[in-house]
Amino acid sequence: MRVNYDRQLEQLNQELTQMGQLCEQIIDLASRLLDAWDTGLVGQVKTIGGEIDEMERSIETVCMRLLLRQQPVARDLRFISAALKIITDLERIGDQAEDIVEILPQIQTKTKTNLNKIQEMAKHAMLMVNQSVDAYIRQDMTLAKAVLVHDDVVDADFMQIKTELIQAIARNPEQGEDTLDLLMIAKYFERIADHATNVAEWVIYGVTGTHVQA
Amino acid sequence: MNRPVITVNGLNLWYGQTQALKNISLDIPEKSITALIGPSGCGKSTFLKTLNRMNDLVPGVRITGSVRYEGQDIFETNVNQLRKEVGMVFQKPNPFPMSIYNNIAYGPRTHGITNRQELDEIVEKALRGAAIWDEVKDRLKKNALGLSGGQQQRLCIARALAVQPKVLLMDEPTSALDPIATSRIEDLVMELKSQYTIVIVTHNMQQAVRISDQTAFFLLGDLVEYGETEKLFSRPVDKRTEEYITGRFG
Repeated sequence: MRVNYDRQLEQLNQELTQMGQLCEQIIDLASRLLDAWDTGLVGQVKTIGGEIDEMERSIETVCMRLLLRQQPVARDLRFISAALKIITDLERIGDQAEDIVEILPQIQTKTKTNLNKIQEMAKHAMLMVNQSVDAYIRQDMTLAKAVLVHDDVVDADFMQIKTELIQAIARNPEQGEDTLDLLMIAKYFERIADHATNVAEWVIYGVTGTHVQA
Repeated sequence: MNRPVITVNGLNLWYGQTQALKNISLDIPEKSITALIGPSGCGKSTFLKTLNRMNDLVPGVRITGSVRYEGQDIFETNVNQLRKEVGMVFQKPNPFPMSIYNNIAYGPRTHGITNRQELDEIVEKALRGAAIWDEVKDRLKKNALGLSGGQQQRLCIARALAVQPKVLLMDEPTSALDPIATSRIEDLVMELKSQYTIVIVTHNMQQAVRISDQTAFFLLGDLVEYGETEKLFSRPVDKRTEEYITGRFG
């Protein structure tokens, strides 16, 4: 029954998995570049950023074709329309990782404050992207809800980093500009986690047919 | 939902030993479109036909439970009176082999209307109501069989409207028509619901999604799920509904 249809849905899942993996990679690269500037890695960021953009177009095409040709209803309709929204979030994650890499060369200070904590945030964000996309593929509510809870941890981390960076500015006002750049980087990672949360919310919509209460 | 025009309660129907409808209960709301869907043999057409007593007079058919039209038990109503109120349009357009005019005037004449002017008015009103007047007004005396399939079906709708029914039952009214004729009928049905209550059997699920307000899903004689069309096609409650409408049934 509907073999071709199921094959197209499977293709959608595969491409989304792939796009999710690219997002994890680009977050990882941005996080590693915090330690040391490496033009090789910067090149990789650009390449992956481009691939993520291409995947967004490709998945969009798969979804449009499914809507046009299969006229999906019920759960299928919810998951295909969710995919159309999810790819926007994933594409934003790619952009924000690239934004982080753009800021990095402007930071002159050798000793970067709170680096470990920011990298910790990046790890959380990567895991959230991984789990939210996985939750989509498996239509797993429990995993999606875990991502929502995880986002609170990242938010708390960001608030703490912010407080500490304010104190750093007070201590070393001459490094204020660098410190603000670091704050922006932390904010980008926090936003990336928010996008992963959006993905998880779309999974919950796909499963239940109703949106999570904000 | 609007107030119910037809109320069905615990309806069972047997063709000989075979039970075709099992304990069906549902309300048909006034001035809205109710779609009946389900695989072949699920009972949807049997159910539709029950509503204007097209099958209870067939030998071997046994019915229990109640069907009320405007509060009145339909099995205790004069069948001609019932069918005047509850008209039917069939799958295949079936105009009578006579003029367009006489096709429409046939029903009113059997109900005793003979005044020429009155008949003229009824014919024009019915043809206008079925959105076919402009196409046939200059050839009312021509044989109805000369019309295209889509026109014939609208003529049959006009014929049903001519006796001023309250309810229109439609059994796959577009399955024999091309896409253009189909969309004209769909537009017409949606227009008619401001004045009539419409119950439509369709195998085309996208048609049910496009035009109906409520959808009832039948399976093996059971009414599995009945509710607002948009909800049934986006968030069905029963797993069997989900499987059927997503095409994974079997």
